[in-house]
Amino acid sequence: MFEARPINRQNQTIERIWRGVFLAMTLVLVIPVLVILGVLVVRGGPMISWAFLTTEPTNGMTEGGVLPALLGTIALVLVALIASVPVGVAAAVYLSEYAADNWLTRTINLAIINLAGVPSIVHALFGLGAFVLFFQFGTSILAASLTLAVMALPVVIVSTRESLQAVPMAFREACWNMGATRWQTIRTVVLPNSISGILTGVILEVSRTAGETAPIMFTGAAFFLPFLPQSVYDQTMALSLHLFVISTQVPGVPDGLPYGVALVLVGIVLLMNSVSIAFRTWLRGRKKW
Amino acid sequence: MADPAAVQTQAFNLWYGTFQALYDVDITVAAGRITSLIGPSGCGKSTLLRSINRITERLGYVRTTGSIEVYGHPIIGPAVSLVQVRKQIGMVFQRPNPLPLSIRENVLFGWKLHNEGPKATRAQEDEIVEQALRTVLLWDETKDRLAHTATGLSLEQQQKLCIARLLPVKPRLLLMDEPCSALDPKGTEAVEELIWTLRGAYTILLVTHNMAQARRASDDCAFMLMGRLVEHRSTNELFVAPEDPRTGDYIEGRYG
Ligand SMILES: Nc1ncnc2c1ncn2[C@@H]1O[C@H](COP(=O)(O)OP(=O)(O)O)[C@@H](O)[C@H]1O
Ligand SMILES: [Mg+2]
Repeated sequence: MFEARPINRQNQTIERIWRGVFLAMTLVLVIPVLVILGVLVVRGGPMISWAFLTTEPTNGMTEGGVLPALLGTIALVLVALIASVPVGVAAAVYLSEYAADNWLTRTINLAIINLAGVPSIVHALFGLGAFVLFFQFGTSILAASLTLAVMALPVVIVSTRESLQAVPMAFREACWNMGATRWQTIRTVVLPNSISGILTGVILEVSRTAGETAPIMFTGAAFFLPFLPQSVYDQTMALSLHLFVISTQVPGVPDGLPYGVALVLVGIVLLMNSVSIAFRTWLRGRKKW
Repeated sequence: MADPAAVQTQAFNLWYGTFQALYDVDITVAAGRITSLIGPSGCGKSTLLRSINRITERLGYVRTTGSIEVYGHPIIGPAVSLVQVRKQIGMVFQRPNPLPLSIRENVLFGWKLHNEGPKATRAQEDEIVEQALRTVLLWDETKDRLAHTATGLSLEQQQKLCIARLLPVKPRLLLMDEPCSALDPKGTEAVEELIWTLRGAYTILLVTHNMAQARRASDDCAFMLMGRLVEHRSTNELFVAPEDPRTGDYIEGRYG
């Protein structure tokens, strides 16, 4: 009575095939990542030492450490964060909480999504024209960070807006119907319930800019600087450009060195991501509901 | 009449875009009583209720003509503050919608929004919370977990909380849109009982599709059909001897 019938067995087979297809696609995605990380660790791992992180490159960048590039990348990302987060979050709050749903808003939303797809070299040229030349920041940390910030903005806006829209409409309506203004509603209900999502999105996106090379190449990152930058108006080295330079432009670089630099870069991005995840967990823990 | 009516509409029409949902509604709701609003689904009960605290206008495509006065004061017009309208006229919805805050903060939410005086002390706030929760018969169940999330309460408790949070700002009129229809029979009974205890202290306008509820829980009853007010009398009279044949057909269950 309960034995499998031919149709059941047939469906079973189809089920197994599809399961296999999806699993295979997942592996196609995961394996390269693991291989890359593996290669980096195996070949770059031996390079990593305290001295590597805390000394400057020497001997035509074929020896020594990565300190100026490491600090430069951190500075670039921090300034980009400070520049893009307030603007991006405020814009997303406006678009999600205030703007009426009309053709203008829809056009702006579409423009933002398209902006997120603009190649980074285009942002680089924009940054050069706008920040280096027009605003006369020169090639500097400030100009490079602002260029990174402009590049990160659309994604920050989109991810923030998604977090805001994940807050159920019923909460807003409950507030409005008690006579709360838009801002009171945003402050007391919408932001507290979306802040962890917003921050995660923002930090993930901005840490992604740590790896960008093109936007900072013309605007503030130097091939080689024998000293550390003193202010945001100075140029700086950066890990991504340093990696590009020693891999392609400098003769006689030992085999493991680029891998070591790459490992530091990946490490710092992972570190920032972990911080953002820890931060989110902490915020969630503080919520009493 | 010395005492102005709680709600008085005159020739009130409402359009959603080109669709007219209310036709020339003239209704006078007596102060301090419970008035139920009945009628088949889609006849405009919610629309009328929502017009009275002006939620409908949030939809950009709504247009109205005619007037609505609450306790003798117009609620539509350039001199009217929407915030004051919403403060004096509390609204309860079909699905309980407590905020994702603690029970205590839910009760204090509206009060904090509208408080113009100095910030209350903890003790004053405790007092407000206790009084509101006692009024809605929720105090004994929640007094030991005021700091807990409101969304962890049962639907019945959530709905009572949604009523409780209106009370600290001392509204005079409570609008309830099918407040029991998401609840089980026991919850329905409990919330009905609560509504009955609020009678007198507040004017209550109660939309319901449950005729037994209208009969049990209201002093007056208004019957609407296809956007028009058909009949509005004391509940008893309306159910025993309806004047309009359409009312009779409806209460005898001839309109689905
Ligand atoms: N937001 C809206 N947009 C357009 N039409 C609506 C909207 N809300 C309600 N209506 C229409 O208005 C009529 C009355 O609806 P409603 O007031 O919700 O009726 P009831 O509460 O009596 O069931 C219905 O025909 C409904 O389709
Ligand atoms: Mg309705």
